[in-house]
Amino acid sequence: MEDTLLMDAAERFARGEMSAEEKIYFEDLRKNNPELDQAVVEQLFFLNQLDNYSSTKNFKSIVGEVENKLIAEKFLSRSTPQSNGRIVQLWHRYKKDIAVAASIAGIVSIFVGTIVSSVTKDGDKNIKPLVEKLNAQEKKTRKIETQLNQLQAGGINTIPVKEKLDARFRATGFMIDATNNYIVTNAHVVKQAAHHLIVENIKGVEFDATAVYVNVDQDLAIIKITDSSFKRLPALPYSVRKSGANLGESIFLMGYPKAEIVYGEGYVSARNGYKMDSTFCQISTSANEGNSGSPVISKNGDLIGVITSKETDATGVVFAIKSAYIYKAINEVKKQKDDEKIKITSAPSLKGLDRETQIKKMEGYVFMIKGN
Amino acid sequence: MSTLEKDKILLEGIAAEDKDCIEQLYKQHYNMVQTMVIANAGSKDDAADLFQETVIVLFEKVKTGHFELTSLLKTFIYSVARRLWLKKLQQQQRYTSQPDGLEEIIPVEDEIEQHLKIQNDFVIMESAMNKIGEPCKSLLQAYYLQKKHMNVIAQEFGYTNANNAKTQKYKCLVRLKKLFFAQYKNTD
Repeated sequence: MEDTLLMDAAERFARGEMSAEEKIYFEDLRKNNPELDQAVVEQLFFLNQLDNYSSTKNFKSIVGEVENKLIAEKFLSRSTPQSNGRIVQLWHRYKKDIAVAASIAGIVSIFVGTIVSSVTKDGDKNIKPLVEKLNAQEKKTRKIETQLNQLQAGGINTIPVKEKLDARFRATGFMIDATNNYIVTNAHVVKQAAHHLIVENIKGVEFDATAVYVNVDQDLAIIKITDSSFKRLPALPYSVRKSGANLGESIFLMGYPKAEIVYGEGYVSARNGYKMDSTFCQISTSANEGNSGSPVISKNGDLIGVITSKETDATGVVFAIKSAYIYKAINEVKKQKDDEKIKITSAPSLKGLDRETQIKKMEGYVFMIKGN
Repeated sequence: MSTLEKDKILLEGIAAEDKDCIEQLYKQHYNMVQTMVIANAGSKDDAADLFQETVIVLFEKVKTGHFELTSLLKTFIYSVARRLWLKKLQQQQRYTSQPDGLEEIIPVEDEIEQHLKIQNDFVIMESAMNKIGEPCKSLLQAYYLQKKHMNVIAQEFGYTNANNAKTQKYKCLVRLKKLFFAQYKNTD
């Protein structure tokens, strides 16, 4: 059988285009002729490959068309326009700074990304989450009202509720300089904020903030509340420890893994972080998305670390940046800008208190960090 | 209609390569994937690329005809996207552990493995296609991709009849096959 004949036969056989009689003849021929059978098998395999190729290729171009339409509708965006066959080689061009890579290697950053659907005129589904969001906000507003009186007693002034930011992520931060309104959080949190960076206090009031220092290697960032409506807090009730954490030391933490402040307990389980990174220490506790930037406090009211990430392959393995790096960060800020006034002024007042009182004293200093 | 029923209809649309259904898929699940990518050291472009690839994995699955959705489509998409993203990060040795999120995940190792195999074959075929030159490339694409009838092809390419076009097509196919297997056997 000639090559073209064989190919034709194999193709018609694969497509079921052979008559019953021809099929029997063809199969008989294959049975009695191993060499030919081998050639047919190969041809069928190849045709199958070609079919797969065709259908993938066609489908890719359809997906490309849909994507282009969605780009035109501003539903999604690309910085570089799409060309054909790009998908298969897309990862070759993918190169990013190693610093980010190092900071996330093997661990996962703990912060929440809230999906905010865009509203389009024809998509009912897209409107639904926003309705839920509004409901959640109503609840929050009610909660704020009930909290107002209670907090006024604590000496913290109330601020009129502004329109809420349409936030894309949520994490935690805490006051480090109550005189000049500086807050510490993680670098990976601040990097999320492409447009707005907002801090929200325990009462649910939002204030504008800007990043003044971001250190990706140590995953540490300092932000400043720039909002004039923010009323200064009294000196920090906690001190910031310069030495390392003690193994076995019991700790507690506060943060925003959900829309309200959440308290957690644990202990220092290792002196170093992931892969023996000495910038971090290891804490045994439960931390969730949104806990990034949470302060880790010893039972006597020493701030000993900043929650940054957790190991995903193990439970209860959480990493915190050692508090000594906060001092380094503050010195860097001073160096960067001479006119920047920043210092830790604390009036430690947590020692010897029961936990409920410690929490009450602290919670006003822990902020939700949001942005979009 | 329940979410599962809606998902099923959407899947049928994907199998039929229906543009509206693909668009629905984007509208319903793109933001979720983008959030995951950006939360794990990726950009918006990465998210767009990753979602495309995820849609293709889904297409590969539904095309086989025996794809039973055992979870919500959302969960399947998230799991595939997450797994693919992890692979990309690993390829750059940027990650040794798993990106984490709030979403539920299901095991999709088999799907990903199958997908990588298909993509690998695809790349080989594409490269063979690009090497055979004209008019072979156009001829084969007209027949196998655009599924045009031989009579139409004969007319378009200027052959006197369909049989001549067919003979030429087979000659081209032999060349394509050679190029394909040369590469294919190397990688296997």
